[in-house]
Amino acid sequence: MKKELGILSLLVALCVATSLKNPQFLSAANLANNANLVGIYGIFSLGLGLVIITGGIDLSVGAMFALTGVLLPMALREWHWAWPVAAAAALALPMAMGWVHGFLITRMKVQPFIVTLCGLMIYRGIARFIAGDNTKGFGSAEGFLPLKNFTTGRLFQKLDPVTGREIFTGIPMPFVILVVLSIVMWFVLHRSVYGRYLFAVGRNEDSTRFSGINTRRVIASTYVIAGLLTGIAGLLLAFYTNSVSPSNHGNSYELYGIAAAVLGGCSLRGGEGSILGILIGTALLRVLENLVNLLGIPSSLNFAVMGSVVLVGVLADQFFQNRAAKKVAR
Amino acid sequence: MANTPLLQMRGVQKRFPGVIALDNVSLEVGKGEVVALCGENGAGKSTMMKILGGVYQPDGGEILVDGQPVQINNVVDAMKLGIAFIHQELNVLDNLDVAANVFLGREPLITPFRLIDQKKIHADTEPLLKRLGLNISSRTRLDKLSLAQQQMVEIAKALSLNARIIIMDEPTSSLTLTETERLLELVGELSKSGVSIVYISHRLAEVDHCADRVVVFRDGKNAGGLDRTEISHDRIVSLMVGREIKSFYAASTAVKTPGYFKVRNAKSSRYPGKSVSFDAARGEILGFAGLVGAGRSELMKAVVGLDAAGGAEVAIGSDSLKINSPRNAIDHGIYLVPEDRRGEGLVTSMTVRENTTLPSLEKFTDFFMISRDKERKVANEQIASLKVKTPGCETRVLNLSGGNQQKVVLGKWLSMSPKVMILDEPTRGIDVGAKAEIYKIMRSLADNGAVILMISSDMEEVLNVSDRVAVMHEGRITGVLERDACKEENVMQLAVGKEIAAAKPAFVN
Repeated sequence: MKKELGILSLLVALCVATSLKNPQFLSAANLANNANLVGIYGIFSLGLGLVIITGGIDLSVGAMFALTGVLLPMALREWHWAWPVAAAAALALPMAMGWVHGFLITRMKVQPFIVTLCGLMIYRGIARFIAGDNTKGFGSAEGFLPLKNFTTGRLFQKLDPVTGREIFTGIPMPFVILVVLSIVMWFVLHRSVYGRYLFAVGRNEDSTRFSGINTRRVIASTYVIAGLLTGIAGLLLAFYTNSVSPSNHGNSYELYGIAAAVLGGCSLRGGEGSILGILIGTALLRVLENLVNLLGIPSSLNFAVMGSVVLVGVLADQFFQNRAAKKVAR
Repeated sequence: MANTPLLQMRGVQKRFPGVIALDNVSLEVGKGEVVALCGENGAGKSTMMKILGGVYQPDGGEILVDGQPVQINNVVDAMKLGIAFIHQELNVLDNLDVAANVFLGREPLITPFRLIDQKKIHADTEPLLKRLGLNISSRTRLDKLSLAQQQMVEIAKALSLNARIIIMDEPTSSLTLTETERLLELVGELSKSGVSIVYISHRLAEVDHCADRVVVFRDGKNAGGLDRTEISHDRIVSLMVGREIKSFYAASTAVKTPGYFKVRNAKSSRYPGKSVSFDAARGEILGFAGLVGAGRSELMKAVVGLDAAGGAEVAIGSDSLKINSPRNAIDHGIYLVPEDRRGEGLVTSMTVRENTTLPSLEKFTDFFMISRDKERKVANEQIASLKVKTPGCETRVLNLSGGNQQKVVLGKWLSMSPKVMILDEPTRGIDVGAKAEIYKIMRSLADNGAVILMISSDMEEVLNVSDRVAVMHEGRITGVLERDACKEENVMQLAVGKEIAAAKPAFVN
């Protein structure tokens, strides 16, 4: 809990500082946009967090976005699939890829880094090939308006019946979905048997196997779950951007997810992390990006700012851990 | 001993927050003397040696080498004074060769570009290996060597530093009997050539064998010393625990049912060509002796389904069981307490509670959610009945001592009423007091109708704790010794593969 409190206070401090410097930060439009992005990033970061807790990594998230991102508009507009089928396929495909990752990692004993690095290159390449390197868009969404409205819609949005102006901006759907998924995942990770196994496997796979737990299945399953969450996030992201360019759609998003998970207290050595931490980590990265824009910092510095904050966060954590360890040491 | 001793540590004090680790402790070592340092875990042996090795700074007292007071601020200072420390867990780089390990950080260089002088580094290493009687090349990678050989490489490193005092912390804990003998011989040779040895060991037979003098610590204080002629097992133990330990080995009271647990055609991936069969009685402790590498651990792993390439036909009573994975074995009440507690028995970063319930976690749920209250109840029961010394069930296992960690491993299986309990080196690195308790636990389990299989490389333990002893050699059981035939010579004969008349077959069809 302490860990989460640390970055939560950093998040709050940044929010307060930014809103003092530029009140735009608290405007409904800005908040809604941030919530929307936090929703999308948060969903796949949860999946990455699970994988990281088992001591693994998934580098293929962004490339999966590109692949499902070009296939979805093609299926809907060129192949005229019914939208529920297309949406289901957009979730099933990343899950299947996750299953293959899990298989290669647990059965073929290839390191997660290598498996998902190869995945990254393969999926990105296939996406560009299928799309002929052309941008694919949803256009007027004819025939699948319900799907588009659902993914880009807002909960509790209120419009003035006469003028049509917004009275309440509403909560972006991705954020609502993130909240629901987080609650589910919190129970799964922190209260269920499966969650306990994840932590145990991440810290000491041998001991866990000796205790009669099918560690291969536990590890492989996290890649499937991460695939599902990537699929959901990918669907939302595709409709959010509305047009998908296969060469850069979702580029390096896996790194945002990893950064968020690490900021939130996940250890790349495995066995550590929390849902709350991942959420706060995601929000922190989003706010940082927003802050760079709002405070007139050159946006080319975006990555540099995020990198520095992650580094400082990890160093601070190390510092406090060492202090705590010294206190305990006899 | 007429002259000044090589090393004198006088009135050493060391406090850690909340604990006085060393309270006015003294130690003297003469030139070429072998001093055995005994004491239970936590008695202060390691702390004292870490002060000598420059790892810790003392809060009081003085250290004299050759009668001159010295200040040892760090490991380099200790090295300069000729003090070398061979840790229980070896500090070798197994991806590098012998010479690279021996001269790590002190590589001979060729000047202009500071490249390693390959010729010289090997030429300097070879004579050290010869001196230790090691028949290996200095170009061998360490991962190609046995643990004993790796340890010899550490000793070679100490010699290359011209060490005058070598501290050996539990040097034989992972060695086979023959390797142990060789090490003890070497200790004798080193001492003859004028090197002093501080020998820390829980194995009193070894201490008896090699020590010129025994120094015993208890609770951070000097508990006494014994000269060569006074050394005896009982006297060391009573100094260590400060009282007589009675009934160290509990006698069996169980009515035994022979042939209750049957293992047939067990094959392990280590010895794929050989199969092992044996019977164990309900209510007995069946010891498994043999040299390290005889395939004992591998056999047991095959029995509980942990060897993917191996397997065994297993029966309890009249039920023959299908065991393809550890889960199957656990479901049938067959549990393994592995040799490597920290690596295979426990998830050390987790709490006592979480470790206790890990194999049976499904039983602790309400609507798929883990009930921590149920977990706590069972964990606390085990803590109480095994007398685990821990602040509570929410303490992380890594903060417990070795003996208490082992009790946590035992507790996790005891909470699931074992039918067959397999213990692999159950008391390795555990102090005398906790050892006696673990023997008691094993005996009471057997008396309550469980089958206990115990692998042990500690001769004393295997002879005294077991009701019968099965001896293995290169992947097969060479014979089983009944209680009255359990003698060291018999075990040794069988362990090197000789048939003897006193041995019985391992099973009857």
